[in-house]
Amino acid sequence: MTRSDLRAAFEDGPALVSYVAAGDPSAAASKAYVEALVEGGSDVIELGLPFSEPVAEGRTIQQAIKRALDAGMTPEAYLDLVRDLDIDVPVVCMTYYNLIYQFGPEPGPEAFVEAAAEAGISGFVVPDLPVDESGPLYEACREHGLDLVFIVAPTTTPERLERLLDRTTGFVYVQGRLGTTGARDEVSDDTPASLERLRDADLPKAVGFGISSGEQAREIVASGADGVVVGSAYVDIVAEGVADDRPTAEVADRIEALARELKQGALDAVPEPERK
Amino acid sequence: MSREQPADDGTEGKFGDYGGQYVPEVLMPAVEELTDAYERYVLDNEDGFVDDLRSRLREFGGRPTPLSYAANLSERYGFDVYLKREDLLHGGAHKLNNALGQVLLAKYMGKERIVAETGAGQHGTATAMACAYLDVPCEIYMGRTDVNRQRPNVFRMRIHDAEVNPVDVGSGTLKEAINETMRDWATNVEDTHYVIGSVVGPHPFPAMVRDFQSVVGEELRAQSRDQLGELPEAVIACAGGGSNTMGAFASFVGSAELAGAPEGAQEPAPDVDLLAVEAGGSSLDVDADAGYAPNSASLSTGTEGVLHGARTKLLQTGEGQIVESHSISAGLDYAGVGPELAHLVDTGRVTPVNVDDDAALEAFHRLSREEGIIPALESSHAVAYLEAYEGDGPVVVNVSGRGDKDLDTVIEESTARDLDTAPTMEVFEE
Repeated sequence: MTRSDLRAAFEDGPALVSYVAAGDPSAAASKAYVEALVEGGSDVIELGLPFSEPVAEGRTIQQAIKRALDAGMTPEAYLDLVRDLDIDVPVVCMTYYNLIYQFGPEPGPEAFVEAAAEAGISGFVVPDLPVDESGPLYEACREHGLDLVFIVAPTTTPERLERLLDRTTGFVYVQGRLGTTGARDEVSDDTPASLERLRDADLPKAVGFGISSGEQAREIVASGADGVVVGSAYVDIVAEGVADDRPTAEVADRIEALARELKQGALDAVPEPERK
Repeated sequence: MSREQPADDGTEGKFGDYGGQYVPEVLMPAVEELTDAYERYVLDNEDGFVDDLRSRLREFGGRPTPLSYAANLSERYGFDVYLKREDLLHGGAHKLNNALGQVLLAKYMGKERIVAETGAGQHGTATAMACAYLDVPCEIYMGRTDVNRQRPNVFRMRIHDAEVNPVDVGSGTLKEAINETMRDWATNVEDTHYVIGSVVGPHPFPAMVRDFQSVVGEELRAQSRDQLGELPEAVIACAGGGSNTMGAFASFVGSAELAGAPEGAQEPAPDVDLLAVEAGGSSLDVDADAGYAPNSASLSTGTEGVLHGARTKLLQTGEGQIVESHSISAGLDYAGVGPELAHLVDTGRVTPVNVDDDAALEAFHRLSREEGIIPALESSHAVAYLEAYEGDGPVVVNVSGRGDKDLDTVIEESTARDLDTAPTMEVFEE
C-alpha cells in the first residue's frame, strides 16, 4: 500500500479530512467506516486512538471513545487496524499525549512514533500537547518522517501562532470556533478571521470543529480554507447505527454518502476551471 | 536519537519532571493570562491583592483557625496530638482559602463568570459561597455518583445560587467532572475563570492553589511555636489532589511564595516529618486490566503520566488509560495528585502513607466520640494514621474539613460493615 504525505493530499483542490474513532463500535466496523470515508472522497483519514479522558472532545466523540474502549480498543489493536486498512490516502493519528508517552518499555514518544510509522501512519494530532511541550514528539516525528499537525484556535495569540507554524508540518488544523468538537448547524463567524491571519502561512489550512454539511463545507472553502475536517457528523451516524442495531454495511453507506456530500460542497466553492 | 528537547521548549511551572501546561491550544492563552495575573497579583501583591485577600479571609472566612490540643487522643497514643482546625473555617473546610483567592483574582482580572468542578462538594460549596459573597455568576460540575453521596453540599451550592450540573459519564466522580469543566472553559474561555479546587491542573494552578492554601501551614507553624514551644515532630495531612496537604506542608518545604507571608513561614524545616495520607480504599492492589483501582493512592502506587493539564503520578494502565479510583471519601476519590507533591515524594521530603476505608471510618467515629469533633471522611484518613504512627510526638494532624456532609455515607457504611464503634441507628428506623 502506498500513502502520500499529508501535504500532497491538499494539492488537487479542496481536501476532505474525515475523523472516526478506531474501534467504534468494533475494530472491524471502524475498518469498514474508514474505507467508506475514502470511497466517499476523503483525502485524509484522521483515525482517533481512544483515550479515557478526551477533554478536547464534545459529547458525540466522547461517547464514541467510550464505546471503543468498552469494545477493547488498545494502542496495539489500533496499529493492527491501521496495518489492515485497504486505502490509499494518508492516515493521521489523533490521540492524547499520555497514550503516546506510555507506549513501549521506556516512557517517551519514540516507541509509539516508530511503531506508528511502521504501521503506516502519516502524522499526529495531539490536542493536549501544546507546541511548547512538543519537543520530544516533534523530534521523533522528524526522525521517522511523520508530520505533526498543531491546532490553531480562535484564541491563539500572534506570538503563539508564530511558534505553532514553526512546528506544524503537513497542514494547519484551524479550530473554527471556541469549545470542543461537535457538529453544529452554522459555520462560526470566527472562521474567515481565523483563516485571514493564516493567509501567509506556507501550509494547507483545514478548518474543523462543528462542520456537518456540504453547504458548510462550501462556505468554509469559499472563505479561503484548503480543506475541512469533519468528525462528529460521521460519529453521529455511527451512534445512531449502534442505537438502532443497524448492520455495519448500512452505516458505512450512510457515512460514505455524507463524505460525498461534504466533498462535493468543498468542490462547489471552487470555480470549475480553477479545479485541478 | 537525541532525547534532549530543543532549548526553547517547555511550558512553565515544573516541579522536577512534573507539572507543566498540557492543555488544548484554545486554553493556552487563558493559562498564560492567568500565569501573568498570578505573578502580578499573588506574587507581587499588585493593587494590594494579597492584603485584600488576607483581610477577607479574616473577616469573611474566620481565620486564623485554632490549633487544638487533643487531650484524649494524646492519652490514647502516649504522645501529644494537636489538630489544625480547618473544619472551623467558614464553609467547614480548608477549601475556602483557595476558592476565595481564585474568585477574587478572577474579579481583579475582569472575568465575568466562574466555573468549577467538585468531588465531595466542599470545593463547589466554597466556590459558590465566594461567588455569592463577591457577586459573580457560578456554575459547578459534579459527578452523578458524588451528587448522590454528597446531597447536603448540593443543596448548599444551590442555596448560594450556583448552578449545579450533574455529570453522568463514566463513574460519575471527580475526574469526569474535571473533564466536563475543562470543556465548558474551552467554550467560554474569553470571559470565564475555572476555579480548580486542588493543587492539580496546568501551571499556575498547582503553585497558585498551594500559595492560597499555605496560610494553613503558616498559622500551624506559628501556633506550634506559641503553643508547643517548638515545631512538631510530624505534620499529617490527607492527600487526594493534595491541596490541604500542600497548604499544611508548604511552610516546611519552603515552597509557598504568597506575597506578605510572615517572616520564617517559608523557611524549610527539614526536621519535621511530612506525612501525606492517601486513601488506601479497600485494597492497594490495582487491577489495571480491569481498568479499576480500589484505592486513590496515586503517590504510593501511581506512575508518571499526563492528565488534566499536568505531568504527575497517576493511576493508569500500562497503556496509559486512566483507571477509575475508589475511596469511601468522595474528596479523595481521584486518579491523580498534585505535581509538586509527586516531586516532593520523589525527592524524599514527603512520605506517602495510606489507610484503608475501614480505618478511616473507625477514625471518624473515634474523633467524634473522644474529642467532640466530627471530621470529614477525607480528614478521617489523616486522623486514622495516628494508629500507625511510631514517633514520640508532638504531631499536628490537619483536620481539613468537618464531616456533616458525610453523615449519610458514614451511617450506611458503618451499618454495612457492622462497625461496633459506630452508634446504632436501627432503633430510630420505622
